Formats: sequence, structure tokens, C-alpha cells
Amino acid sequence: MQRSLTLLASLLVLLVLWSVIATVWPSRALPPPSDVWSVMLRDFATGELAFHLSTTLTRVFVSFIVAMSIGSAIGIFLGLHRRSDAFFNPWIVLFLNTPALVVIVLAYIWFGLNEAAAVGAVAANKIPNVIVTLREGARALDPRYGDLSSVYRFSWRDRLQHILLPQLQPYFAAASRSGLALIWKIVLVVELLGRSNGVGFQIYLYFQLFDVAAILAYTLCFVAIMLAIEIILVQPFERYSTRWRGVAA
Amino acid sequence: MSAEGTRIPAIRNLSFEIKPGGFVTLFGPSGCGKTTTLRILLGLEKEYTGSISVPHSETKRIAAVFQEPTLLPWRTVDQNIRLAQPKVMKDVNLDNLYEVLGLTGMGSLYPSELSLGLARRVALARAFALEPSVMLLDEPFASLDEKTADRLRELLVTLWSARPTTALMVTHNLREALKLSDRIIVLSPRPARVVGIFEVSTPRRKRIGRVLDKLQAQFARKFPIDAGEVQ
Repeated sequence: MQRSLTLLASLLVLLVLWSVIATVWPSRALPPPSDVWSVMLRDFATGELAFHLSTTLTRVFVSFIVAMSIGSAIGIFLGLHRRSDAFFNPWIVLFLNTPALVVIVLAYIWFGLNEAAAVGAVAANKIPNVIVTLREGARALDPRYGDLSSVYRFSWRDRLQHILLPQLQPYFAAASRSGLALIWKIVLVVELLGRSNGVGFQIYLYFQLFDVAAILAYTLCFVAIMLAIEIILVQPFERYSTRWRGVAA
Repeated sequence: MSAEGTRIPAIRNLSFEIKPGGFVTLFGPSGCGKTTTLRILLGLEKEYTGSISVPHSETKRIAAVFQEPTLLPWRTVDQNIRLAQPKVMKDVNLDNLYEVLGLTGMGSLYPSELSLGLARRVALARAFALEPSVMLLDEPFASLDEKTADRLRELLVTLWSARPTTALMVTHNLREALKLSDRIIVLSPRPARVVGIFEVSTPRRKRIGRVLDKLQAQFARKFPIDAGEVQ
């Protein structure tokens, strides 16, 4: 209760500060919160806001799932096979250090200005990151649980569900936390460079019209949605999957 | 294999037989290769040459009790025990097993809520819940205080007598070996080989106090070095 009050007060102060600055120095570069609010209402009424938000959100989720599944599979494999890891590690370092922009531009050139290239480029930017995190997780697997599962002849499903995934859970959590934040930022760039819808495209459009109120309106809405996902989905899931830790004597 | 990757033979020319339904102990000094022998029998160690033959029986289930309880910390006591059972046995009622081991009502606890003694009871329950044809125990009562260890040894005897299975235990604790086994296979220091065999025919429930002391003295006469080295 105390914490949510503090959060509310903190946000309120930010809002007041913003409107004070916008009133003292009236400028097109910083419209007051009320202007931003009215753009939100306007675009919400036309359905434009919902359309672009949902387009971007879909791209975020598809590339998130693609990146997490491919990245985890490769990461776990490399963590368990030392020789393959030694061979492929330089590739991973190379991809980790390739700027997101380069991957996006190359994807559009090689695969055309289409949805698959867009989503693929976002995922490709995230995959090396997931690989590195999950590889660390696979290296830290406790061999005693492996022995246990082979002596008691666990089925492969039980091994996955009861031995592997619980041990990798913190690494999955870390990868998806940093993953969502990174991915939605890259999605905007992808949309700006080669798509004709989505929040990134809208921001580019309003940048050319120098409409800062609209830029802020779209940005704030999207940030709000991502925060809501974090609070409503990610955090409760983490609490659920680590409930056995809470009871430590 | 050692940590540096150089080969160190843990056992060499080790050969022994175990009668079905018996309780046999491999007894030897620390680090003589007892655990390695068990790991080979469990199929966890692949770097060896030689042969193992497990006699045929109606069920080929093997259970193990490790040096540490090795319970999955993210699963409850119930789940830990049920997971180890083969599919056909998942519905078998375990109330009696829980009761004998004093685990009644603890099924929904997580391992972090248990003392080491209780965790070891769960590890025993997991092994017995399988109704195995062969059970391998690797110093199952290590790092417990003597009183708790003794209580658990009694429980092990109770459970094992109710449903005898071929049991092979590894230990460097002579009194433990004398209390539990029908036959003790005495191993030399590394690389392990069989020094001799000591049969114990006294009924288990009489192996306390003076009787146990006498057994220990008999053992010391037969294997002067080994007994001295361990005690």
C-alpha cells in the first residue's frame, strides 16, 4: 500500500513538472500533457491507436517466442557439449557484437521488405543474448540430479519437466526479462525502416510532421502496455515458479 | 579419472558375487573406490572394463540411496517419491511406507523444510517405494549424528525385512556394516581389490551392545589392518 502510494506520488510529480515546464517555455518541441492526452483520445476514437499498438505487440510476441525457443535450444546444447561450444563460441561473439541496425538492414536486403524479414531480424538480434544466458544455465546443471534421473529411469518428459527446466528457470527468467525490453525497442526500429504500420512507423510519420504530442502519445501508450505485461504476466509467473524457494527454513 | 584428466585406477581386478535377497556390504577405507564400484553398477560410470551381470528377476528395477539425500528442491516430498516410481506403480498406496518412516503428513513439504535426518528418510522412502529387485546404498547415513543414524538403520532393517530385496551397501563404518549385513566384503586401499569376506549370522535384532562388540572383535581378528585403519 505504502509502495503503491509512493509510486503514484512519484508519477504525479513527474506529470506536474512536465506541465510546468511546458507552460513556462511554450514550444512545439515539448507540448503539455493535456495535448498528448487529447491525441491519445483522438487516435483511440478512430481506432488507429489500437491498430498500430496491436500490430507492434504481435511482432514483439512472435519475435520473442522465436528468439527464446531457438536461443534456448542452441544455448542448452552448447552448455552441455563443450567441444561444439569451443567451435561456435567465436560465431556467438561475432553476432553479439553486430549492431542491431546492421542485422535489420541486411535482413531487408536479403529477404525483402516483408513481415518475415522484420520479425526474423528482431529475433536474430536477441538470439545470441539468449544463447549466452542459457548456456551459462546448462553449464551450472547439477550432475547429481542427472544421476538421479538416470538411476530411477525418468522418462525424457520427466527429465525435462522436473530436472532440466526447474534448474534453468532463473536463466529463462533473466533471458525473458531483458528480452522483452530489448525486443520492443528493436521492433520500433524495424517498423521505422521497412514497415507501413506499427508504433515505429507512426513515430517516424509524426517525426516528419514534427508532431511531438503524437510521438509522445504513442510511446507512452506502448510503454504502459509493456509495463502492464511485466506486472500482470511476468512477475506472477516468476513468483509461481520459484515458490519452493520461499519456504527455505 | 581425476580432475586434471589423468587416469588414476580406482579399482583393479575387483570381483565379487552377491546372493539374491542378501544384504551385502562393501567395506573399505575412505577413497578406496567403493563409490566408483557402485557408480559402475548403477550405470553412471562408463570408463571401465569388465563385466557385470544382474540376475534375472520379475522386475529389473534398481533403486539407489546416494551419499546425499539428492531430493529435487523444487518438488514436494510426495512428488519426489512418486517421480521415481515407474508408471505402473503411481497409484500404489504409500501410507504404510510413510508411517513406518515417520513421514505421515509431510508429503506436501518441500525438501528445504526438512532436517537432514528427515530428508534421508525421504530418500529411503523413494528407494523402497519402487519395490526394487536390487538396492544400492552409498553411505546412506553419512553426516548424521550417531543417534539419528542408528534410528534410521533400524528403519532400514524394518523396511528391508518386510520386503527383502538384494541390497548392496557401501560404507567405511564398521559398526554400521556389522549391524546391517549378512555378508561383508572387505576391500583393500586403492586400487580396491577383495581382501576377504566376513559372514554375519547373528540375527539383526540381537546385534546391539555386547554382541556387536564381540562381532567387532571377531572382525578385528580376521582383518587386523582394515579394522584398525577405519576405527
